[in-house]
Amino acid sequence: MQLIKNAAVYDVVIIGSGAGGGMAGYVLANAGIKVLMLEAGPFFDPAKDSQQLKWSYQSPRRGGNATRPMGDFDAAFGGWQIDGEPYTQKDGSDFQWFRSRMLGGRTNHWARISLRMGPRDFKCRTAFGDGDDWPITYEEISPYYDKVDRLIGVYGSVEGLPNDPDGIFLPPPPPRLGEHFVKKAVTAQGIKVIAGRGSVLTAPLPGNKDRQPCFYCGQCNRSCKIYGDFSSSSCLVIPAIKTGNLTVTSNAVVREILTGDDGLASGVSYINKDDGQEYRIRARTVILAASTCESARILLNSRSTRHPNGLANSSNAVGKYLHDSTQGGAGVAVLPQLFDRPRFNEDGVGSLHLYSPWWLDGKKLPFARGYHLEIFGGMWMPGYGGYFGFEGAVVPYLNGYIPRRDGKMKPGGGFGASLKDDYRRFYGSIAGLGCHGASTAREDNYCEIDPNVVDKYGIPVLRFRYKWSSDDIAQAKHMQETAQAVVHAMGGIPLVQPQGPETNYGLDKPGKGIHEVGTVRMGDDPKKAPLNKWGQANDCKNLFVTDGSVFTQQSEKNPTWTILALSMRTAEFIIDQRKKRNL
Amino acid sequence: MNRRESLKTLGAISAGTILGGCASHPDNNTAGPAANTTIDPTGRQDFEMARDKELAGRQYFDPHEKATIAALADIIIPKDDHSGSASEAGVPDFIEFIVKDEPQHQLPMRGGLRWLDMECLDRFDKDFIGCTPQQQVAIVSDIAYPSLAKPGMQAGVTFFSKMRDLTAIGFFTSKMGIADLGYKGNTPGKWEGVPPEVLKKYGL
Repeated sequence: MQLIKNAAVYDVVIIGSGAGGGMAGYVLANAGIKVLMLEAGPFFDPAKDSQQLKWSYQSPRRGGNATRPMGDFDAAFGGWQIDGEPYTQKDGSDFQWFRSRMLGGRTNHWARISLRMGPRDFKCRTAFGDGDDWPITYEEISPYYDKVDRLIGVYGSVEGLPNDPDGIFLPPPPPRLGEHFVKKAVTAQGIKVIAGRGSVLTAPLPGNKDRQPCFYCGQCNRSCKIYGDFSSSSCLVIPAIKTGNLTVTSNAVVREILTGDDGLASGVSYINKDDGQEYRIRARTVILAASTCESARILLNSRSTRHPNGLANSSNAVGKYLHDSTQGGAGVAVLPQLFDRPRFNEDGVGSLHLYSPWWLDGKKLPFARGYHLEIFGGMWMPGYGGYFGFEGAVVPYLNGYIPRRDGKMKPGGGFGASLKDDYRRFYGSIAGLGCHGASTAREDNYCEIDPNVVDKYGIPVLRFRYKWSSDDIAQAKHMQETAQAVVHAMGGIPLVQPQGPETNYGLDKPGKGIHEVGTVRMGDDPKKAPLNKWGQANDCKNLFVTDGSVFTQQSEKNPTWTILALSMRTAEFIIDQRKKRNL
Repeated sequence: MNRRESLKTLGAISAGTILGGCASHPDNNTAGPAANTTIDPTGRQDFEMARDKELAGRQYFDPHEKATIAALADIIIPKDDHSGSASEAGVPDFIEFIVKDEPQHQLPMRGGLRWLDMECLDRFDKDFIGCTPQQQVAIVSDIAYPSLAKPGMQAGVTFFSKMRDLTAIGFFTSKMGIADLGYKGNTPGKWEGVPPEVLKKYGL
């Protein structure tokens, strides 16, 4: 084994190629700055590597999830567990950490739901009496949301809602058949249903010749061969490479950020998985965007005499304030009115067709923050595993409760031609909604370095401590009541039984929302927050962070669009500071 | 760029991958993918390809078990006016693969098949595949309806429920089964919403 030191000094080294790293690289490379991007996994170009339009029977497990947690065709490599790269828990926690180590990171599998946070979300302490206010306002970030909308593309409908700001929208896709029924039932509860907001090109993106409009296969999670949706690889990193200013080193697992005697970042130490050798590279500026928890891990592992408890951590806040969105409700139902429904191609887009923004803001409730409804329903490609699995699995249980076409009942279960016909009859009749809400950042929900455990590269691993609060659980109870009321109103047969306090009313494990943020938060007070309002480390002015870890406080809006806007803003700040010779 | 150009470009991009994938579709309905060793490598990681190959290269069920699975699968999903039978769609090969892929199915399947043979021997003095079609249906009828099954038959009911699920998954995710269900997607097009006549039918 060798330690290989490169004499070259890069203008900027970016750790990570997901939404946060990709956007920073795109902006800097287009400004003529020489950038090296380190990615812990392999290179991935959706144009060549996507499994889009494969049939279930082209997988021996029919799309099942024995090797990929979201199913065989999902674009994301990695998952909840990665061989040789463990993480541990303390105090009975069960935080689930989804890692996707590949170009584009977790933008490879997400649902492309692209929501702006609202004015009240950035000032949540003031608005809701909950969490900490961000050091920035909606007005400050709004121009960056606009620029992200124009650069990447997002569909939606203009609604004028006070805390769900409109964007610059492409036309939204119309609902699928089952979704019409859910919409009616949700509306009947007094809840407004609007078009989804997703980064899928439902129309040509003005000024962009490299990406083509969606052809409606509904498979965004497989990544898109024509770049019709947003992945960091297709929309940011690959275009940045084409400028000639950005280079990607893939399979480079970062150990730590190196610092000099002056306390400033001087470079990065990494292991290259291809040749097994150890590398040290030098940089004038380092941007960390390795994902919320991995970025905290790298900082905490970057100890030196100047930074004894980890880099950028004089506040002792790195790793703390970890918070994932709440996820519950699970209003999944079979709609008998859709039995023997007409067949047509309703794949649609692989993002949201309909959703309901939080509708009870300002009402007196036993929890502080809100949640939104994500509505689904459709005739998906029959497969095994993945997001929806094989809906036929419920047929031999439900067919005993449903009158046959001739109105008579038969016992549940069965076999033969009559059962075969039941599968046909039920197909395409599942619809429902999921609920995703805001959890509040708390100092005592955190990740830290486990002093006893290293991964296969010898890098100390993360240990998680995460408990849902009574507020989160009260929100989950409300989610379940909403979902049940909707299922009842549409005459659906619920496929998930309501749960009680012993299982937190169906609240999913922390981490399962894959919206975790907050471990390297921005703040006004350097004694309490590692980063200033530009994403710049207070203790190390040539170190910036641009992934979800910078969030002071999440909202019920999915985080990606905010990560992109903040990363763009930080990259423009770096360009400005370089011009002023402050970096 | 307009939609037509977009679709044309898709064709160009996909020539090596999508069409390559199509070429490996099982054209006759007896070839299941488990029997087909040429899995399209696009987007697959090396360890996944190696694992798939290793699983396909060994057998879990012995010939008698496999024959019993085929007979049961065809009782669960027989040929009818719409499509062929489970075994014609390659279901026994799928079940052989999936129990190696998800080993939690192995013991319930092996033990359940043995339970079935013992029940047949006790009742008819023959194993399941040695029984007449009438005898097979009589046994299956005793374990196919959970709410009607006699208390002593619970082990058979549990086995049959799993067998029925695996059969249905294998059949309705095959080329034949997907066509039977009438799934129309997985093809480039333009989504303009539910057709007006359908909206009218449902009063939407």
